[in-house]
Amino acid sequence: MTVSPDPAGLADAAGLADAAALAVVGRPLVHDSAVKHVQGAAAYIDDIAEPARTLQVVPGHAPSAARGRILSIDLDRVRAAPGVVAVLTAADVPGINDCSPSVGGDPVFAEGRILFHGQVVFAVAAETRDQARRAARLAAIEVEAETPAVTVDDALDRNTEVLPPYEFRKGEVVAALDASPARIGGTFRIGGQEHFYLEGQAALAVPGEDGDMLVHTSTQHPTEVQHITAKVLGLPDAAVVAECRRMGGGFGGKESQATQWAVIAALVARATGRPAKIRLDRDDDMIMTGKRHDFRVDWEAGHDADGRLTGVDVAFYGRCGYSADLSLGVNDRTMFHADNAYNYPAARIHSRRLLTDTVSNTAFRGFGGPQGTVFAERVMDEIAVRLGLDPLTVRKRNFYAPAGDTTPYGMPVEDNIIHDLVAELERTSDYWVRREAVKAFNASNRILKKGLALTPVKFGISFTLIHLNQAGALVHVYSDGSIMVNHGGTEMGQGLYLKVAQVVAEEFGVGIERVKITATTTAKVPNTSPTAASSGSDLNGMAARIAAGAIRARMAAVAAAEFGVPAEEVRFRDGRVFGGNASIGFGDLAKKAYLARVQLSEAGFYKTPEIHWDRPSATGRPFFYFAYGASCTEVTVDTLTGEMRVDRVDLLHDVGRSLNPALDIGQIEGAFVQGMGWLTTEELVFDRAGRLRTHAPSTYKIPTASDVPADFRTALFESGGCRADTIYRSKAVGEPPLMLANSVLSAVFDALAALRPGRVPPLNAPATPEAILTAAKAMRSD
Amino acid sequence: MTTVSMTVNGRQVSADVEDRTLLVDYLRNAISLTGTHVGCDTSQCGACVVHVDGRAVKSCTMLAVQAAGSSVTTIEGLATGDELHPVQAAFREHHGLQCGFCTPGMIMTAVDMIRRHGGQLDEATVRHELEGNICRCTGYHNIVKAILDAAAKMQMPAAAE
Repeated sequence: MTVSPDPAGLADAAGLADAAALAVVGRPLVHDSAVKHVQGAAAYIDDIAEPARTLQVVPGHAPSAARGRILSIDLDRVRAAPGVVAVLTAADVPGINDCSPSVGGDPVFAEGRILFHGQVVFAVAAETRDQARRAARLAAIEVEAETPAVTVDDALDRNTEVLPPYEFRKGEVVAALDASPARIGGTFRIGGQEHFYLEGQAALAVPGEDGDMLVHTSTQHPTEVQHITAKVLGLPDAAVVAECRRMGGGFGGKESQATQWAVIAALVARATGRPAKIRLDRDDDMIMTGKRHDFRVDWEAGHDADGRLTGVDVAFYGRCGYSADLSLGVNDRTMFHADNAYNYPAARIHSRRLLTDTVSNTAFRGFGGPQGTVFAERVMDEIAVRLGLDPLTVRKRNFYAPAGDTTPYGMPVEDNIIHDLVAELERTSDYWVRREAVKAFNASNRILKKGLALTPVKFGISFTLIHLNQAGALVHVYSDGSIMVNHGGTEMGQGLYLKVAQVVAEEFGVGIERVKITATTTAKVPNTSPTAASSGSDLNGMAARIAAGAIRARMAAVAAAEFGVPAEEVRFRDGRVFGGNASIGFGDLAKKAYLARVQLSEAGFYKTPEIHWDRPSATGRPFFYFAYGASCTEVTVDTLTGEMRVDRVDLLHDVGRSLNPALDIGQIEGAFVQGMGWLTTEELVFDRAGRLRTHAPSTYKIPTASDVPADFRTALFESGGCRADTIYRSKAVGEPPLMLANSVLSAVFDALAALRPGRVPPLNAPATPEAILTAAKAMRSD
Repeated sequence: MTTVSMTVNGRQVSADVEDRTLLVDYLRNAISLTGTHVGCDTSQCGACVVHVDGRAVKSCTMLAVQAAGSSVTTIEGLATGDELHPVQAAFREHHGLQCGFCTPGMIMTAVDMIRRHGGQLDEATVRHELEGNICRCTGYHNIVKAILDAAAKMQMPAAAE
């Protein structure tokens, strides 16, 4: 189908090569750090041996205020506290006091006004962390308190936005709805989500000579940390190096919002000349950093007697918090996924980005997409209830055709495999037999109700900000034949480093143990994109392959001269290089190449082909391809208490041709459970004063092992590979499977719908016991 | 300040620390064993689990002085030379980890769980007793698999005793 240029001239090893011919790519190798992880030997920021005289930094805020003018800041007692070496405020910023990833509006330290509860006003650096924490509580900050807008509805009443509204239109939706045999609609709410990366936000800044700064940072975006640190410190980018070996989880929470902490550490290091470390206390972390956007969704749809949609008119009201941060892209992606896998013959998809006086919501695995797909599934579920049809039947009737349909943003859907994928899951999950069992159970149980749902996922792959779809990699072959690889992608547990190393090993025909994985650093590969949008292996794998391929071609020429064969006939495999009847060890060839003065280092560069997007006119092809999946979930709901148990989960997901099935299955299982948490137990509660009341895992319920069903089946869909020319025809896997959890919400909806056929359960997400009970009561009331 | 002495991973250690120093801070800062992690600061996530006299303890919920004179095992002390403990080996083989931050605490909890239940350890028990350890990456499936597999393997030689 789609064909992109082959920039490295690697046609012989193109992704369509028989998978059986691959030696390293496609194997379920264990995570490269696994042996270190199980021994506690893998260093995170807080584990790095501290340089002598390292200071400990703690941020301070105004605990009583969520919004208002700052009348006075008295830090005398903070400065006088034991062990305190420095206290910094906005007045101490030598450069620009802003750490926004986009259009500004994110002061490192509050200036003039408090914009949300928990906003950093100052930072205190002391000899010990305990001293700094105690000192931070001694600040006296007077604020002329104003009533904050906390919720979406508050912001709508006040009419405040961080960014202008945006809209997709397809066809004439008003006419389509007017002509519909049936119209449905309503309002429902989708909650936010705390990332709860196990390793909290952390950074260690080490000052160098000439004002240079090295920042060890737990970030998905080292380049942004580098550039913003430079901007805030008033330095050129080249004076700052940002480095990240690994994160203890990211999930989007360290895409833009790791920067502020790195910047604060660097400011302290700059001001004191001493190394400075910051590691946020978990409560501070949860109060001070943004979350997944929560939404109010107002919608209307038309359908025919068979449940086929005629048109969809939907408005997404997203709570962005006090600043824009990444809200443009996040809310756009909600719109891009408001269709999920369904063809909307006519549509208006409207989006407002609301400003509230709360922490700035940010990237979170799926980047707004999950909220869009939850809406699409709600429409399907409601049609099914209204018509008395099975929800899966309604879903299948509305799927995009295998080819030929067009999304509400004008992109043709050309690679649609959802029909085959869902058919397979329907079979392997035994859907129809279990549907009858669920009906029988519900007929004989008045209080306990079972629900069953099979939902699809279609997720667009590429950054919708087109310029981010580029990547660099640096590959060195040393004269002993050992190989070093570096690239712009970061490791947060997903196994990106290993996948890229597998690609490089494959290219050179050597074992994975020969490839040295190194920490991501802006000093080796510059101007990188965040490791986000599921794009890590697509982009960096390709860049590394291009770099390795170039070196291999030069080494092949050396071997060709040695063997007296054409370079095209030289083969790299099993750690050796073959030509004619002769062969040479890879290391020996590297040595020969060095002696022959052949360059054994290369910087590879890749940019995704074919994609283009004109945002003002909402036209183009923003995605290189779509990733697909489906899930089937069965739940039991206690309609007297609201308690819910997930009984069984079947996941079937499309990763194209997997680079590493063990890593991919891990991503799918983990994403599903994280999505299940978002849609069931994880509830962020802000009080009317704008304070987050659920700022620790004691009150914010993250799934534990006992929340996950023992009967949990995961399989990779055998698709024959991505139709777009991706790295070894694999597909991105980080985000798409999070939306497999939509089947949990739909199963709960299905269970509640059994209370009174024909009535739509008024269920919001997350479906906490409280939300389930509320919906159950409504189902029973007259 | 108090001089706190204990045996850590078979080695006698001693350090002068503030009276209120938590065991986790003693391990991480006073004797530089950073494999024990701090995740939530409030004794809920389980990243800091170590063994004190053979029992799993969240080291952020215990004072160092309370462990004085005790024998403490941390994740660094589990392997025998180059040979991983069966639970460590199982976590590696079954991909029971992603970002790895929760892994040390998970493994220390699992070792204690297997010690207490021996051959009686079943999946429901593993899932129930793992409630004090949060993993945000894996969805627990492979962690549970790893623990059950390790328990089975450890049971084999034990049966001969």
